[in-house]
Amino acid sequence: MSIDTEIKEDVTIMFAGDSGDGIQLAGTQFTDTAALFGNDISTFPNFPAEIRAPQGTLAGVSGFQLHFGSVEMNTPGDALDVLVVMNAAALKANLKSLKKGGIILANSDGFDPKNLKLAKYPEGVNPLKDGSLDAYRIFEIDVTKHTKSALAGSGLGTKEAERSKNMFVLGFIYWMYHRNMDHSIRFIEEKFKKRPELIEANIKVLKAGYNFGETSEAFNSRYEVKAATMPKGTYRGVMGNQATALGLITAAEKSGLTLFYGSYPITPASDVLHELSKHKNFGVKTFQAEDEIAAICAAIGASFGGSLGVTASSGPGIALKTEAIGLALMLELPLVIINVQRGGPSTGMPTKTEQADLLQAVYGRNGEAPVAVVAASTPSDCFKMVFEACRIAIEHMTPVIFLSDGYIANGAEPWRFPKSNEIENIDVRFAREKNKGDKFMPYLRDEKLVRPWAIPGVPGLEHRIGGIEKEDVTGNISYDPDNHEHMVKTRAAKIEKIADFIPLQQIDNGSADAEVLILGWGGTYGALKNATAELVAEGKSVAHAHLKYMHPFPKNLGDLLRNHKHVLIPELNNGQLIKMIRDKFLIDAKGLNKIQGLPFYTADIKNAVNQLLK
Amino acid sequence: MTPKDLVTDQEVRWCPGCGDYSILKQVQTVIPELGLKRENIVFISGIGCSSRFPYYMETYGMHSIHGRATAIASGLKSVRNDLSVWLVTGDGDSMSIGGNHFIHLLRRNFDVNILLFNNEIYGLTKGQYSPTSHEGQITKSSPYGVIDHAFNPVALCLGADATFVARAMDRDPIQLRDVLKRAHLHKGSSVLEIYQNCNVFNDGAFEIFTEKATKKLTTLFVNQGQPLLFGENNNKGIILDGFHARVVDMEQTSANDLWIHDEKDRIKAGILARMFDDPSSEGAMPRPFGVFYAESRPCYEDLLNNQIAEITSKRGKGNLDDILKGNSVWEIQ
Repeated sequence: MSIDTEIKEDVTIMFAGDSGDGIQLAGTQFTDTAALFGNDISTFPNFPAEIRAPQGTLAGVSGFQLHFGSVEMNTPGDALDVLVVMNAAALKANLKSLKKGGIILANSDGFDPKNLKLAKYPEGVNPLKDGSLDAYRIFEIDVTKHTKSALAGSGLGTKEAERSKNMFVLGFIYWMYHRNMDHSIRFIEEKFKKRPELIEANIKVLKAGYNFGETSEAFNSRYEVKAATMPKGTYRGVMGNQATALGLITAAEKSGLTLFYGSYPITPASDVLHELSKHKNFGVKTFQAEDEIAAICAAIGASFGGSLGVTASSGPGIALKTEAIGLALMLELPLVIINVQRGGPSTGMPTKTEQADLLQAVYGRNGEAPVAVVAASTPSDCFKMVFEACRIAIEHMTPVIFLSDGYIANGAEPWRFPKSNEIENIDVRFAREKNKGDKFMPYLRDEKLVRPWAIPGVPGLEHRIGGIEKEDVTGNISYDPDNHEHMVKTRAAKIEKIADFIPLQQIDNGSADAEVLILGWGGTYGALKNATAELVAEGKSVAHAHLKYMHPFPKNLGDLLRNHKHVLIPELNNGQLIKMIRDKFLIDAKGLNKIQGLPFYTADIKNAVNQLLK
Repeated sequence: MTPKDLVTDQEVRWCPGCGDYSILKQVQTVIPELGLKRENIVFISGIGCSSRFPYYMETYGMHSIHGRATAIASGLKSVRNDLSVWLVTGDGDSMSIGGNHFIHLLRRNFDVNILLFNNEIYGLTKGQYSPTSHEGQITKSSPYGVIDHAFNPVALCLGADATFVARAMDRDPIQLRDVLKRAHLHKGSSVLEIYQNCNVFNDGAFEIFTEKATKKLTTLFVNQGQPLLFGENNNKGIILDGFHARVVDMEQTSANDLWIHDEKDRIKAGILARMFDDPSSEGAMPRPFGVFYAESRPCYEDLLNNQIAEITSKRGKGNLDDILKGNSVWEIQ
């Protein structure tokens, strides 16, 4: 039988199975291989909420979605071309995402009566057999059997042998997409360095999967996705949380300060802590605190001592840190607060994404308590924007909140990483001398309204700071009515002045006078970019601008918005940026809101724009 | 440095007659004797009457938020082990709202000195009961008597594996100065509980320990290597009967049979800490003062710095370009 090779521009593939099936590993291996080949990629893992939910159940399904192609990839893909399922539950949970005509690659062993029952299919129903999936192309492979027979005589126990099932599937997919296995073979050799028998077993199964594609006659198509035409340069893959950690280390190096990172474990922010704790040889000090409050307070203490104090959490943890953020803004010390947003309120949906903490970041404190807020738009943009957060915090002596979200934190993309000498230094000015005659005035401000950073150890600059309202200039406790009003206004003006030190807002795509402007922020960037590109290609009068400086806004934002007849603000919340925009600019912006713990799809955005253009 | 060098230009605003004045004076007296530089001293407090303390010390200082001075000090010591850090806290600040950070600081053993002003009442908020108020105490928020069981701060600290625990009182300045010095000399977390009279909301809470007529019988001053003696002319002693402390009459007991204070002994420190009877009750044990316990254990900040130094010497100082690059890259031509 002849096997055709079809050329594809892009493919969205999902690996799904039990959380113990090694799905994430197979997914990342395929991703790395695709990236090394030169495809553009965008990925998103989808974990179950429980660490080890009962095997075979819907709650236990773990997924890894990868979008790769020869064109620019901005999202992990809306609909799947290929769905790889290790059991019945994985099929049931993800079938709705598969395109009509898409491929289902099913491990038939995962569709035995027990697994069908666990996936809550009615007695006697097997979707692979009953014709209900006729709209798709189904390929059944008994992965368990093939894996076991590949390992017959290897001396491995049944359990251990079965663990290599993911390698069989991976090998098969490599065959299907004309990819070589070198990268994964090297990976296996490294990972099982200390257990040579597992190196041999996993490579054997990987190759068995590949050869199965070659020799079995069940498959008549293979696909090829050519390398993408991306800007020239050296690339690596990066996940959002990893980029955040790298951005922090870079800011510490570029400011010459010690990075102190106080954190309490929380999904989906913990990976930043994991990454940073590996890099002690950069002098990074990670502190796993007893709670969220201690984490931020320790960071404040570190900043007081002259370090770069950083804390991170997700929504519920940020709520706990609120009082301390207020303290830091009264103390006017540098502090970076990272919020990797997740579905809320309360515990909400820890493993799902949402953008619902913007108003908390901008307004959520007692008293008149402005801080700067920035947001990242893609996984690699976390590097740039958390660096910006550090720069603003240090140069303007203020807490800065950096907003990321679960979608970009766990998502990955290729990153044309910068060279260290291309990154500008952050200007640190510790006070060395008295600033008013023979006295030191801790709240005497410069032209940016910034007070001096006088750290303990300098003779003559001894001073006291605290959360009680303080007298202008001296910093002494003051209950004077006029002074309080003056200080509240001054703290607000200081934050507003940051707008002089950030870039102006740019239009990402489309013309500056397009009829509809899509104004996005944060992790929705990819979906909005795709939708705009398609709409512009269709000749629609649409433009897209993506906000990264959330407070203060870029100085030209109002003028930019007023050039458009309609402003559409898509957000993964119930309408937060739209409130700020309407409040600040009195513009009749329209909202597009999705609150399902899921990212936007291109179609969501296009429909909303087409409605406005009607 | 003289005590005067530690006085700020701020007017001290505690109520007239408050025990805090005495403590401030003893601290300002002791610090010049410690060989420290003023610029290397930091006082950090939370919220409460006592937490105004940093404003009156001409050193670096931070008056932070309720209960969090311990957490702030943890971050500061992590990056600045060169500083002498003193925490001023009260029974509400440290035992109630800041209880969590307090115990965790102790287990990590940051090298700081904690001055715990215990007045068994909330003063700043005008008279509610605190976690150290005694059962039955009548306060603004307990007009029918407190039903909460009180914390025993010394026992709590020992339970959290504190490496230095001592007790003093505002009205015994000589002993207070002595334990302040000891607290400073101890490398690690030192907790010094100071009985402090709130003459407005809980006046006389400790007078049974401070007044001449009762002090001799109700207090026991412990000194390293010395037998436990108290009473008029030390006419009473304490012996260890198994794990129980028992009061004996010195006319019928040899000094050789007495409990000899050993502040390195964790078990004995625990028994001492539990000598916490209501002092007015019949047959009450005397209340111990002095250093209950002192042990040497590595400090968190030293372990942190050592780990960084060790990893850096093994792997070499981090190179920014190397981690930006990561382990796997590809070229697009």
